[in-house]
Amino acid sequence: MTALPAKTEKKLGLVIDLDTCVGCQACVTSCKEWNTGGYSAPLSDQNPYGADPHGTWLNRVHSYEVGDGADSQAVHFPRSCLHCEEPDCVTVCPTGASYKRAEDGIVLVNPDTCIGCKLCSWACPYGAREYDYKVGVMRKCTLCVDRIYNENLPEEDRIPACVRACPTGARHFGDIGDPDSDVSKLVAEREGYDLMPDMGYKPTNKYLPPRPKRKGDGAARNVLSETSQRSQTPGSAMDRLFAWADQQLSR
Amino acid sequence: MHPAYSVIFFTTASGAGYGMLTLLALGILFGWFPRDMTFGLVTFGLALGLITAGLISSSAHLGRPERAWRAFSQWRTSWLSREGVMAVATYVPSGLLALSWIFAEEAGQTANGQEKFLSVFAIAGALVTLYCTGMIYASLRTIRHWNLGIVPINYVVFGLMTGAVLFSFILHLFGLRSDGYSWITAVLLATGLALKVIYWMNVDAAKPISTAEDATGLGHLGKVRQFEVAHTQKNFVMREMGYEIARKHVLRLRNLTYILAFGLPLAGTLLTILGGTVLSIFGTFFALVTIAIGIFVERWLFFAEAEHVVNVYYGAEAA
Repeated sequence: MTALPAKTEKKLGLVIDLDTCVGCQACVTSCKEWNTGGYSAPLSDQNPYGADPHGTWLNRVHSYEVGDGADSQAVHFPRSCLHCEEPDCVTVCPTGASYKRAEDGIVLVNPDTCIGCKLCSWACPYGAREYDYKVGVMRKCTLCVDRIYNENLPEEDRIPACVRACPTGARHFGDIGDPDSDVSKLVAEREGYDLMPDMGYKPTNKYLPPRPKRKGDGAARNVLSETSQRSQTPGSAMDRLFAWADQQLSR
Repeated sequence: MHPAYSVIFFTTASGAGYGMLTLLALGILFGWFPRDMTFGLVTFGLALGLITAGLISSSAHLGRPERAWRAFSQWRTSWLSREGVMAVATYVPSGLLALSWIFAEEAGQTANGQEKFLSVFAIAGALVTLYCTGMIYASLRTIRHWNLGIVPINYVVFGLMTGAVLFSFILHLFGLRSDGYSWITAVLLATGLALKVIYWMNVDAAKPISTAEDATGLGHLGKVRQFEVAHTQKNFVMREMGYEIARKHVLRLRNLTYILAFGLPLAGTLLTILGGTVLSIFGTFFALVTIAIGIFVERWLFFAEAEHVVNVYYGAEAA
């Protein structure tokens, strides 16, 4: 059913720390690795060794430059399904293949009933859904529903593959609906936020902003430039000798 | 948005089919033309044929067309499902009306009570289906070019307008010249033109839904620019939602739409009303040819011009 549950028992989701993400793409590849061998058909790639390779991936990491000049910084930005509370991707689905689970809030696509009309991907503002050109159905992050409840796996592996793979601990998994959970505390402490809150989709996943830069970061840059300036004006006899040698050799 | 030919053909062909069906059923309801088997076969055949060809074409857009029947189930929330349900439901009154009108023994032009009843339902079904098609697009909050109240109205009027031009041509082929019908056609074309002008005024006035700063939540740190793309080649999201068309082409294509989809068909229709028999037939034919090209350009542009908000993650400053 594409009608949304009035309330979900849990709000399972991810908390992504933009301060510690280094953009290594480990979460991207581990996501692809797990889900291409998961419960459904493989996540296909098109023309993988040709001139225009592309394929279905459920997690992408962008890199943005934020701010100007000396104050600018690079922010690596992982982007996957946010498992929204009010997602239009579910309600627009004509077949009921897209649904939101009442028990944990995970948004899923049933690959056996999806007709591949792609309307859900049009309804998602976050670009979370990717069409599988080979299988002809829509794919999306499952929050590794086949890992998190899987008793065949050791307990430490019962978390989404992307969270397990992250080498810097920038991804956290848990119940964001429970105010006492570790992820909720983290969100409260670090002032986690929603993406595009004005869209009204009420995303479950939260993002933690980069921490403010320490004072003196800019000063370090000034020291560097001073050093380089000083080396241009010869000081000691040795410096002058090298400057003379440089001049002669540069002729 | 990527303009898929299957969807362009579906919306334009089915639109004209439902428009023609509406005018045909109106004529039967009010007895505007005599009952004639050949005329009935051609007109109902054309209207229902266009609708069916469009619907088949739309399934070409699907990844798994063999599962298309599943799309009738979620009419409670999905406009696409509602459209599918209404499209199939409309076949019932229109099919029965066609059978009755074409094969009935009784001579004379007036419809019997049963046919009038079916006509009303065929008209209602056609108009509601067109409205549902428009709402598939208008209900998407992610695309400011589509998320407008005028969009479903345009789908209804453009369907009626193209159907009227086609029907007018068929009437003339059968020597059933009717200035009343031509006037209806002219009024629909003029209304369509006005609606398209208002639509583009709305589009140009619509503020972007989001910015790169808002979408990443990093605006408090400064301007957000794409530094490194997330993948080397375009992915599905960029192929489907990242379709871009240069601003100068948009303005040219808008003018072309005004001329081909509205201006020239209107001129042809006025020629039909004012001219003698030969000029009149030429006028309907001219209107038909120009609107066929014009409505294709209009629909292509409807998709190509539409910007999806997701592009703010892919380097667009705002969308």
